[in-house]
Amino acid sequence: MKGYRRYFGGKFIWFLITLVVAFVLNFTLPRLMPGDPVAAIVARMAQGMSNATGVQAIYEQYTELFGTNKPIPEQFVIYVRNALRGDFGYSISQYPRTVADVLRSSIFWTIGLQLPAIIVGWILGNALGALAAYRRGQFDRVLLPVSLFASSLPAFGMAVVLLVIFGVSLKWLPTSGGYGFDLIPNLSLSFIWSVIVHYQLPFWSLVLITIGGQAIGMRSMSIYELNADYVKYSRFMGIKDNKIVRYVFRNAMLPQITGLALALGTMIGGAVVAEVVFSYPGLGSTILTAVLGQDYPLISATTLILTIMVLIANFALEIVYGFLDPRIKAAQAD
Amino acid sequence: MKHTLRQIFRSGKFVTGFVIFSVILLLVIFYPLVITDSPLQIIGQGTFFPPGVYVNINDSINAPRYILNLEDAAAKRIAGRLADDDRAAIRELLVGVGVPEADIDVTDTESLLTLWVNNYDSSINIPGMTNADRNYYIRLNKSLQVLISDGGVTIAVTNPDTQALEATDEVDLSQYANIREVANVRVLPLGTDNFGRDVLTQLITATGVSLRIGLVAGLIATFIGLILGLLGGYLGGIVDDVIVFITNLFTVIPGFVLLILISFSIGQEQRGAFVVAVVIGLTSWVWTARAVRAQVISLRNRDHVNLSKLSGHSIAHIITRDILPYIASYVVMAFILQLSTAILAEANLSILGLGPRTTDVPTLGLMMRWALIYQAHILGKWWAYFPVVLGIALIAFSLNLMNTGLDQVFNPALRD
Repeated sequence: MKGYRRYFGGKFIWFLITLVVAFVLNFTLPRLMPGDPVAAIVARMAQGMSNATGVQAIYEQYTELFGTNKPIPEQFVIYVRNALRGDFGYSISQYPRTVADVLRSSIFWTIGLQLPAIIVGWILGNALGALAAYRRGQFDRVLLPVSLFASSLPAFGMAVVLLVIFGVSLKWLPTSGGYGFDLIPNLSLSFIWSVIVHYQLPFWSLVLITIGGQAIGMRSMSIYELNADYVKYSRFMGIKDNKIVRYVFRNAMLPQITGLALALGTMIGGAVVAEVVFSYPGLGSTILTAVLGQDYPLISATTLILTIMVLIANFALEIVYGFLDPRIKAAQAD
Repeated sequence: MKHTLRQIFRSGKFVTGFVIFSVILLLVIFYPLVITDSPLQIIGQGTFFPPGVYVNINDSINAPRYILNLEDAAAKRIAGRLADDDRAAIRELLVGVGVPEADIDVTDTESLLTLWVNNYDSSINIPGMTNADRNYYIRLNKSLQVLISDGGVTIAVTNPDTQALEATDEVDLSQYANIREVANVRVLPLGTDNFGRDVLTQLITATGVSLRIGLVAGLIATFIGLILGLLGGYLGGIVDDVIVFITNLFTVIPGFVLLILISFSIGQEQRGAFVVAVVIGLTSWVWTARAVRAQVISLRNRDHVNLSKLSGHSIAHIITRDILPYIASYVVMAFILQLSTAILAEANLSILGLGPRTTDVPTLGLMMRWALIYQAHILGKWWAYFPVVLGIALIAFSLNLMNTGLDQVFNPALRD
C-alpha cells in the first residue's frame, strides 16, 4: 500500500497541474473576445432611456458588478479566489441569476446522463468486441461494419435518428426536455416517472455511440492477445479455453481503460451537443444559451466545469487502472 | 510502393471506404458544374417545401393541351383532395346516422363517397352536433358535389377598363399538359430548408466545404503532431520532456472545450470557414504527436539509424530518409482520422452556434444547426436534417473503413 501511495500521489500532482493550466486557459481565452459584453446588456437595459448620464451610470455600475474595469491580472486573482468559493459571478444573459445558480440546475442532468451512459456503453461494447474476437465468423462479419458505422455517426446524428423513430413516428417517448413541461421538479412519483421516460432517448443514443467505438477497440485488442505466444503455449499445455479466455480479456481490457481515458474528452464533447437535440436541461443547452447571449462568465464557468469533470474522470480511471494492472501492482510491491 | 498499393487495394474494407469516399468527392466536384445555382440563394417563400417536381401553374395552363381519357383519373382526383380529417369527419357522421362501423373504410375513397351520397342529407340532426359541425358538413357536401360532377374550371382575367371578369379559357378535367412543354419546372429532389434554399444544392456545397475544413484542419494537426513527435522522440532530453509535458496536458484537457473557448473568443464576425478549420487543427494534434513520438523512440536506436549517424548525416537527413519512411503509414492513418474528426468537430461546434458565420458558405454543421433550430426533426421535415446526418456519417464511415483497411495491411496481427 505504501508503494501505491507514491503512484497515486504522482497522479494527483499531475491532476493538480492540469487543473491549474485549465484554470488559466479558461480565464484568458474568453476574455480575448472583441467587443464589450457589458455594453451589450446595458444597451438592452437602457432601451428607451434618453438620459445619457443615466446610461453612463448604469454602464459603470455593471462594469463594477462584472469587474471588467479592472486590469486583467487583477481580474484573474479575483476570479480564482471566487471560483474556489464556487462563486462565478453573475450570468450576463440571465442576469440577475448567478452563474453558480445556472450551473447548479444543469450539471446534475449532464452527469446523471453521461456517467451511466458511458459506463453501460463501455461494458456492452467491450463484451461485444470480445465476443466478436473470440467467435469470429458470421458474428464478427456483421458486428464490425455495424459498429464502425455506429461509431462514425456523430452523437447528435444518432440522437436525431432515435428521436425521429421513437419520439416522432412511433410516439413512444417524449421528444424534448428532461421532464414533462407541466411539472415542477419535486420528489413526487409522477415527476420521477416523467424524468425516467425523458431519460431513455438521450441515454440510449449515447450508449449506442459508445458501444460502436469500444467494440472495435476491444475486438482488435482481443485478436492481438489471442494470437500471443502465451495463449498458444497455454493451449499446448491443455489449459481449458474458458480459463485462457479470462486471461486474454483481462489483458485486452487494460488498453481499453487507457483508451477510454483518452477518448473521454471527445465523448463528453459530443454528448453535450447531443443534449441540445433533446433540449435536455444539461450543460449543452447552457452553452447554447450562453453563446446566444454572448455570456462569457457563463461560458467560462461551463467549460471549466466540463474540464474538471473530465479531469476527475481521468484521475478515477488512473486509480482503477493502478489496481487492475498487475505490472503496476508488482512495481508498487517492491 | 507499388507492392504496398496493390496490397492496400486488395483489402475489402479499404476498397469499400475508398469507393464511398470517391463517389462523395466526385459528386462534390461535378454537381456544381452541372447545376450552377448559388447554394445560399433563397428561392422558396416559406419554410420546408417537401421534395418533388415544382411546376409553374400559370405556365402549365398556357402549355399545349392533350386529352387523355384515363379511367382512374376521377377516383385519384377525389382521393387526393379528401384530406384525412375530412375522411374522419365523414366516418363520424356516417356512424352517427347508423351505418355499421364495419362497413366504413376511410381508405377506400369510392365506397366512402357512395355511402356519403346515399346517407347524407343537410337536414340530418345527430344529438350533440353543434351548428358549426352542421355548417362544416354542408360545406364538405358542396365540395364533394363539385368533385363528383365532372365540370371543368373556367379561367378568367380582369378587364382593366370595367374591372369585370371575362372568361378566356376553360380547363377540362381530361386535359393534360406535357411537363416538358411547361416553361418553368424546378426539380427540388430534397425540397427546401427553413430559409427556402434548395437543400440538395446546399448539401453538396456544404459537403465540399466540410471536406475542405477537414483537409485544412487535418493537415495542420498532422503537421504539428508530426513535428512535435519527431523532435520529442528523436532528440530526447529536455526537449522531449517539455513536449511530453505539453502533450500530456492537452490529452487530459479536452480539445473540444478549448475549441469552444477559442471559437467564442474569436467572435462571430471573424469566424470564417478557414478560421474554424485552423482552430480545429490547432486543438487536435495531440494524438498524432503521441503516436509519432512512440514510433520514433522505437526507431531511434535501430541499426540503420545508428549507421546513418556514424556516416555523419545531418539530423534532417536522418529524419527524412531513415525515420519518416517507417512512420509514413502511421502518419497517413492519423491524418485520415484527423480529417473525419475535424468534420465532426465542425458540426458539433456549429450546432452550439460557434461554427463559421452563416452568410458565407454552407457547411454540414450549419445546415444541421438551422434544421434543429427550426425543429425540422420534430415537424417531420426529414429532408432538412436526414441527408445531412447521412452525409456526415458516410464521410466518417468511409474514412474509418479506409483506416481499418490500412491498419490491417500494416499490422499483420489484425488480419483475418
